[in-house]
Amino acid sequence: MGAGHAHALYQHGHSTVHRMGPEAKLAAGFASVVAIATTPREAVWAFALHAAVLAAVVTAAELPPRFVLRRLAIVLPFVAFAFTIPFVAGGEEVTVLGVGLSRDGLWGTWNVLAKAVLGASVSIVVAGTTEEARIFKGLERLRVPVAITLIATFMLRYLTLIADELRRTRVAMRARGYAPRWLWEARPVASAAGAVFVRSYERGERVHAAMLARGFTGTMPELDTRTATRADWLRGATVAGVVAATALAAAVTT
Amino acid sequence: MRALAVAAHGLVFSYPDGHRALDGFDLEVSAGERVALLGPNGAGKTTFALHLNGIHVAEAGTVAIGDLRVAEPDLAEVRRRVGLVFQHADDQLFMPSVREDVAFGPANLGLRGGELDGRVERALVAVGAADVADRAPHHLSGGEKRRVALATVLAMEPDVLVLDEPTSGLDPAGRRELVEVLRSLAQTQIVITHDLPFALELCERAVIVDHGRVVAEGATAAVLGDAELLRAHRLELPYGFDPAVASRGR
Amino acid sequence: MHAPDGFLNAGTAVATGAISAGAIGVGLRQAREQLADRQVPLAGISAAFIFAAQMFNFPVAAGTTGHLLGGALAAILLGPAVGSVVVAVVVIVQALLFADGGVSALGYNVLNMAVVTAFGGYAVFRGLLRLLPRTATGVVFASGIAAGVSVVLSATAFSLEWLFGATFPVPFDTVFGAMVGVHLLIGIGEGVLTGLTVGAVLAARPDLVAGVHDLDRVALRDRASIGMRGFLLAGALVALLLATVVSQFAAPAPDGLERVAEDTGIAEVARDHALADAPFADYATHGLRNESLSLAVAGTAGVVITLAVGAGLVAAVRRGRGRGRASEGEHEHGPARAGVG
Repeated sequence: MGAGHAHALYQHGHSTVHRMGPEAKLAAGFASVVAIATTPREAVWAFALHAAVLAAVVTAAELPPRFVLRRLAIVLPFVAFAFTIPFVAGGEEVTVLGVGLSRDGLWGTWNVLAKAVLGASVSIVVAGTTEEARIFKGLERLRVPVAITLIATFMLRYLTLIADELRRTRVAMRARGYAPRWLWEARPVASAAGAVFVRSYERGERVHAAMLARGFTGTMPELDTRTATRADWLRGATVAGVVAATALAAAVTT
Repeated sequence: MRALAVAAHGLVFSYPDGHRALDGFDLEVSAGERVALLGPNGAGKTTFALHLNGIHVAEAGTVAIGDLRVAEPDLAEVRRRVGLVFQHADDQLFMPSVREDVAFGPANLGLRGGELDGRVERALVAVGAADVADRAPHHLSGGEKRRVALATVLAMEPDVLVLDEPTSGLDPAGRRELVEVLRSLAQTQIVITHDLPFALELCERAVIVDHGRVVAEGATAAVLGDAELLRAHRLELPYGFDPAVASRGR
Repeated sequence: MHAPDGFLNAGTAVATGAISAGAIGVGLRQAREQLADRQVPLAGISAAFIFAAQMFNFPVAAGTTGHLLGGALAAILLGPAVGSVVVAVVVIVQALLFADGGVSALGYNVLNMAVVTAFGGYAVFRGLLRLLPRTATGVVFASGIAAGVSVVLSATAFSLEWLFGATFPVPFDTVFGAMVGVHLLIGIGEGVLTGLTVGAVLAARPDLVAGVHDLDRVALRDRASIGMRGFLLAGALVALLLATVVSQFAAPAPDGLERVAEDTGIAEVARDHALADAPFADYATHGLRNESLSLAVAGTAGVVITLAVGAGLVAAVRRGRGRGRASEGEHEHGPARAGVG
């Protein structure tokens, strides 16, 4: 939350990864994340391989490494949390720099760190190379209910507008000397939130009227016809296949 | 006399909270005419506009667009014929890209492929917005949003355009570009506005609406020249603006 | 609360995924009945509101800030069906686009943050409304408590999932104690903010608070005069009450429940067999101070959550039916007061 949402999610480009049909990219991304999440933590070499594959994809996507790293800040809270695990976990202890730490806990830290960072990186690559609207189009083609993808599309369309509205209210409050420090001073913030909800809901009704005015009858017209090609699916399957094979090999050998 | 494009008679409408927004509203507009709807906030102008394509249904009275009554089974055709441009362009531009948004209406009419692309292209060219086709609507400037919103209804090739406060929030250049676009269009136009110079510039006839009905109408220059009438309905000309002088210059 | 990939084991991810999909499926069907073709714009824009509200800081203490989670708020304002769908979409988009929460962790993240908070919170809200006066004050109060409790339910749900899906050796009762403890505090903030926000909407457009659609509008007209102090006091009391209950269970000394178990000889049997064939993750049961007792706690918590979510689901379905009949043919030109002209 917070800082991470302020950055642009999509990096404009024309790489092979950008041009892939969204459904193939999403399917490959999802399969890779599942494979990463199920890789046994003891197989450190497997995580190194996963990271190498991801680095290759980032390069192919012509994404600036700084963009990926900056957006990875979103997992920082969990990184901080992960470092507390060896102190609270039980089991056999090892001594590191004179401090007794749980061996399993240390593995736990590694496990949370590696999977959180790699998993988030996959999302960052997918979102960084696919326009928001096409992500939802892709989900729809992967049989995610249309209602969900349409609600998500509308949500993103109006998110910045509503966030701006909340921010402006906040600035207006501050301009009149409101500087709350304690929870019991929060009433004006809540009133503002309530007012913004009412305005949002009324906007929803106006948007519905605008849709009806242009002949909307309950189903959205299918306009984006750029579907994934066989080559797209093949590319996705290759990447996901390598990751999955690594995870499988790791599971067998540990 | 030219054929009637819009004929509304005796409209009565109340909102669920009991507020009576229309109370015997009558208006006739000839084909090709441009009419300004003036009046204070809450007079019923927007509510009337929403009756023109059946989003609101009157408790009493009738609306006809050309030879069609605004009612089932002709509602779909009515909505094609009447292009409603809403006051807030952000309410109208809900699709992820300008192109998809302009295509939304004609696609609902069943158009696809090259025919659909042609409609979208022509509409965007007509409003001078062809260069923003692939942008996201929320990244456009206020003026661009307004013109794209107009394009979304032009793509349905309507007979009647209804514009709700089209100049609100526009900078002077954006306003002038909009006037030029609207004057270049052949459609019958009903323009709801508080911007009296804009009404004078664009519309030959003006109608004053108050308390849910039409209370005065006439040539725009004459209506705006009647200081007494304007004052009675909370309408004010900008400081130093003289409609007689301004319309002579036209 | 946005757990990353691989935080719980694969089996738990799949099982929670199935439960979430089922619950959101019910939510979707009811939402369609409730909103008809207004569903997409209204639910979409409401989702944007919840998402934006989560980015909106409010003061907590000494200038530090927190933010709303919004599950109960969405359920009370929009009804449990639309509310659960809306929050689920927020969680899904956060994972997919913002990398906030793992994509493979969506099963438990949606379950904890959308399903449990929306359906569970709504059930608590409606339950409280039976006890409280059906006035604005009562509604605001019920909203606040329900929102606070929904956060604790969510933390409890996570602890239960830990029992099945732990990936490092922290026993269930430690996780349970820590999660519930922290979320009791978070819950106070969530409760205060939710109560006040519902109050603000109630004052402006009572017809938009779906959670009170069946209450008498006139009775709701009293200005919710509940003071900030009263609110915080009530929140602290409820938190204290919950903390006492939880610590009773988690205390190492034998308490009533264990005495019963020991007296009846269940304890022996339980100790020998409770964990032998159970599907629990070794890590979550390894080092439990008292296995049978911890499992009793887990069982009780599981029953409570299941009942709450179940009650919320039933309320959503029943509500959908009632509404479907009442508003037939009305939505076309319904309450859309599309601007005042």
